Amino acid sequence: MTGPGRDSSDATIGFRFDDKPYRARPGDTLAAALLANGVGLVGRSFKYHRPRGIMTAGVEEPNALVTVGEGGRREPNTRATDVFVYEGLVATSQNRWPSLSFDVGAVFGMASPLLSAGFYYKTFFGPAKRWMIYEALIRKAAGLGTAPTQADPDRFSQRAAFCDLLVVGAGPAGLSAAADAAEAGKRVILVEQDSILGASLRRDPQALDAAWIDTTAARITAAGGRILTRTTASGYWEHDLVTLTQRLAEPGQIPVNGTAQRLWHVRAGQVILATGSIERPLAFDHNDRPGVMLSQAVRTYLQRFGVLPGKRVVIATNNDDAYQTAAALKAAGAQIVAILDARPAPAGTGSGFAVHNNAVPLATKGARHCLKQVTGLVDGQTRRWDADLIAVSGGFTPVVHLHMQAGGALDWDAAAQAFVPTASRQNVTTIGGAANPAPIAASAPVSHPKKSFVDFQNDVTLADIDLAWAEGYRSVEHLKRYTTLGMATDQGKLSNMAALSRLAEKQGVAIPEIGLTTFRPPYTPVTMGLLAGAGARDAGAHIRRLALYDVHAARGPIWQPLGLWVRPRAYPTGGETLAQAALREARAVRTNVGMTDVSTLAKFEVSGPDAAAFLEIICATTIGKLAVGRGRYTFMLREDGFVFDDGTVWRIGDNRYLLTSSTGGADRMAAHISYVRHYLCPHLRVSAVNVQEHHAAIAVAGPQAKTVLAALIGVEPPRHMSTIAAMIADVPVIVAAASYSGERAFEIYVEATRAPPVWAACDQHVTAHGGCPYGMEAMEFLRIEKGHLVVGGEIDGRLSPHDLGLDRMLNKAGGYVGVQGLARPALAAPGRRQLVGLEAVEGSIPEGSMLVTHDGAPVQGHVTAAAFRIMTGGSIALGQLAGGFARHGEDLVATSPTRGQRARVRVVAPHFYDPAGDRYRD
Amino acid sequence: MLLIPCPFCGARAQTEFVFERSVDSVVALDATPEAAMAALFTRTNPRGPDDEIWRHTYGCRAWMIVTRHRVTHVISAVRPVGPVALP
Repeated sequence: MTGPGRDSSDATIGFRFDDKPYRARPGDTLAAALLANGVGLVGRSFKYHRPRGIMTAGVEEPNALVTVGEGGRREPNTRATDVFVYEGLVATSQNRWPSLSFDVGAVFGMASPLLSAGFYYKTFFGPAKRWMIYEALIRKAAGLGTAPTQADPDRFSQRAAFCDLLVVGAGPAGLSAAADAAEAGKRVILVEQDSILGASLRRDPQALDAAWIDTTAARITAAGGRILTRTTASGYWEHDLVTLTQRLAEPGQIPVNGTAQRLWHVRAGQVILATGSIERPLAFDHNDRPGVMLSQAVRTYLQRFGVLPGKRVVIATNNDDAYQTAAALKAAGAQIVAILDARPAPAGTGSGFAVHNNAVPLATKGARHCLKQVTGLVDGQTRRWDADLIAVSGGFTPVVHLHMQAGGALDWDAAAQAFVPTASRQNVTTIGGAANPAPIAASAPVSHPKKSFVDFQNDVTLADIDLAWAEGYRSVEHLKRYTTLGMATDQGKLSNMAALSRLAEKQGVAIPEIGLTTFRPPYTPVTMGLLAGAGARDAGAHIRRLALYDVHAARGPIWQPLGLWVRPRAYPTGGETLAQAALREARAVRTNVGMTDVSTLAKFEVSGPDAAAFLEIICATTIGKLAVGRGRYTFMLREDGFVFDDGTVWRIGDNRYLLTSSTGGADRMAAHISYVRHYLCPHLRVSAVNVQEHHAAIAVAGPQAKTVLAALIGVEPPRHMSTIAAMIADVPVIVAAASYSGERAFEIYVEATRAPPVWAACDQHVTAHGGCPYGMEAMEFLRIEKGHLVVGGEIDGRLSPHDLGLDRMLNKAGGYVGVQGLARPALAAPGRRQLVGLEAVEGSIPEGSMLVTHDGAPVQGHVTAAAFRIMTGGSIALGQLAGGFARHGEDLVATSPTRGQRARVRVVAPHFYDPAGDRYRD
Repeated sequence: MLLIPCPFCGARAQTEFVFERSVDSVVALDATPEAAMAALFTRTNPRGPDDEIWRHTYGCRAWMIVTRHRVTHVISAVRPVGPVALP
């Protein structure tokens, strides 16, 4: 079909739909091009697989959903009305099998009572077997397009902007407002979701012509304003922040400069919404078939795109606007078969058309691809007309989405039967058609609600609403969830008002008393890649790089992610597996010497006259008695009394302390320390600085560690839990003697940028003594065997100091964070889960397994970490067990049914190696 | 996303700030166990303005109390806290 001014020689763009080649004119939407090529059937509906065509000419389109593009650029559920044709565009219809015109799934349409409102809920509550039968069928049949499986090759960028005035919508109202503000000296941004400016003026060029649009746009840009087309204001957030989604390439199109879309965050001083209105369809039997089109959409296709969507046309309306459609169609040579006006005479009189008053459409008949006949009710009499198009207008729904997202209120406009925006708590006003919808007649009754569709995209009919009502669903929110009305990708742009009026009719109340469901962003669907932006792929996570990263990388270690860090897990040599390498490294520490990078530990330098007092607030142990040059193990509580981290505190000067705590809890601890310092004790004379990345740290551990250290620093190494300042490779370091591995060990703290020569010196001496570097896997073996705790494992936020056996170290004077929470007697109850060691009696203890007295018995605890005796073998583990302190010697089962793993275990003390600590003392 | 007027930096996006807690859920260091548990577990949660503790973590790192309306998000007052705010 072609229309006035539509010359086929203009159709210079080639595209494909369902593998067939077609041609389009520049500026065509896919919908316009399909109509121009006589393609009426575009898709199949969601639930019943009913044939669907093109109903609208805008983003509200519920039916003409297609998949556009190929490979990683494939975009499912693209509205054919919202994609502009480009050379080579490939579009595919959805939800049909094996083909669009012959669809096996349409059997669901024949059996549609099966899928009535609340079908899923009812089936869930029915016998489980019933669900099993239905599920397989439904999974195959329901749903729209399928998600692409390949990575999107394009870039999605983000941009922030500020303006005095943001205008949304470039129709006559928006253009005028933007031009006036820009000329008054305001920084203006005007956004339009269409590819060209003008909005309704493109549909009805009689009002103001293209020259006016161009002149006004020129006024805006001349005054410094910015105009963004193909840009949708998709979300309105707090404090006048509006997110814009800008298409730089059409769906499936290869972007010119690699960027497909751009997400804008615009903080606006003021926002004007000139978003217009969306025409409503009418409810009648078979109101969803190809050939049923909104009246204004017919004008858009005719007067903007030069496409005549039908030659014999019935017009059904309850307002004056549709008469413009009749006039435009007539001028284009179409025959107006009948005008059905729901209003009594004299509505429509003087239009020049023969008008049936008190007339409504009842039903349509047609073939798969097209409409053939319209049945109407005129003054109580049934009439039939042969027609290939019915243009419907049920009134106008102002686009209030952004106003409502901004927290605005609505008024009921009885004449227009529409909600209009009123007050807002943000700096936003609505102008133009969105604020002043045209008056209409009240909705008319319908005879066959079973095939009278309200929500076309989710296949919800008037009968479904009636059923929901009959089953007791009164709230509009319940109705929505029960029937899925308004829950499709169009978010009920066409359907919500029709549903509200049906519900109001059922309840016998006015529509405003029913209320509305919540408007949530985005206004139109947003591609996930756009939200990820530059954070997609490898850039998705921040990376924190060890100061010694390159040194480790040179050895080709197996890496292990740890929060934002990545640390060597093991350093395999000569084709070793991870387990082989880790065992060799752990044995080197037990028998000789090893070294490892512990730079990721949280570190805080606490200094000032009140430093000790401050630390005794942060830490639950005593600090004040610590002599200069000494250190001690410490731990921290949450305010509710549970242990949340542990570490070591070193007194490195009169009023200077170095506090370390766990890697994983570093950021949390930094925030906690800052809060306590600034909010709870601002009066203290103390400075608490996060030096986590200022210092790199190297641990040297093993029976020969002392010899190695002596050679490195040239003086007597410090005794256990003592610290000295020293020099290694001409670099100043702090050497602190503490042991995590269970062997004699030293931690060397050095300014991060100067760490490589210190590591190299350590490496040289360790290697000379037959030792080697070790990774996190060996460190885990060592600490489990020794019974040392790890935050996130044994310290999981659910155990109190009593449960971990740390209560004897608590500061008797109190005063620390968490002392009040810990005072609750339940935190010291004897039956609580407590730290235990576990030794395998039979089998190998599965990590993370449950502890039970026998298979099938209630869970009494779990395994937090499992390893083996490093020198002799034998499965051991740490765990939490109800009343565990009193159960040493008891035999239990450690079981992991999901993995099919199981071991018999004996409860023991959580120290498998050198319980007295003789190996690290002089 | 809120626009929070930092007393030192001016209006900045919420993404630069970290929310700590509302003032009514602060556990004073010298609180009794009863008062501490009440602050932690029985909060006032007013429908209206509330004093909240925020930190300009990804900016100047200052701590402040932001008086924010819990329904409208209107920020009616911001004042710095911590050593810098001591008289």
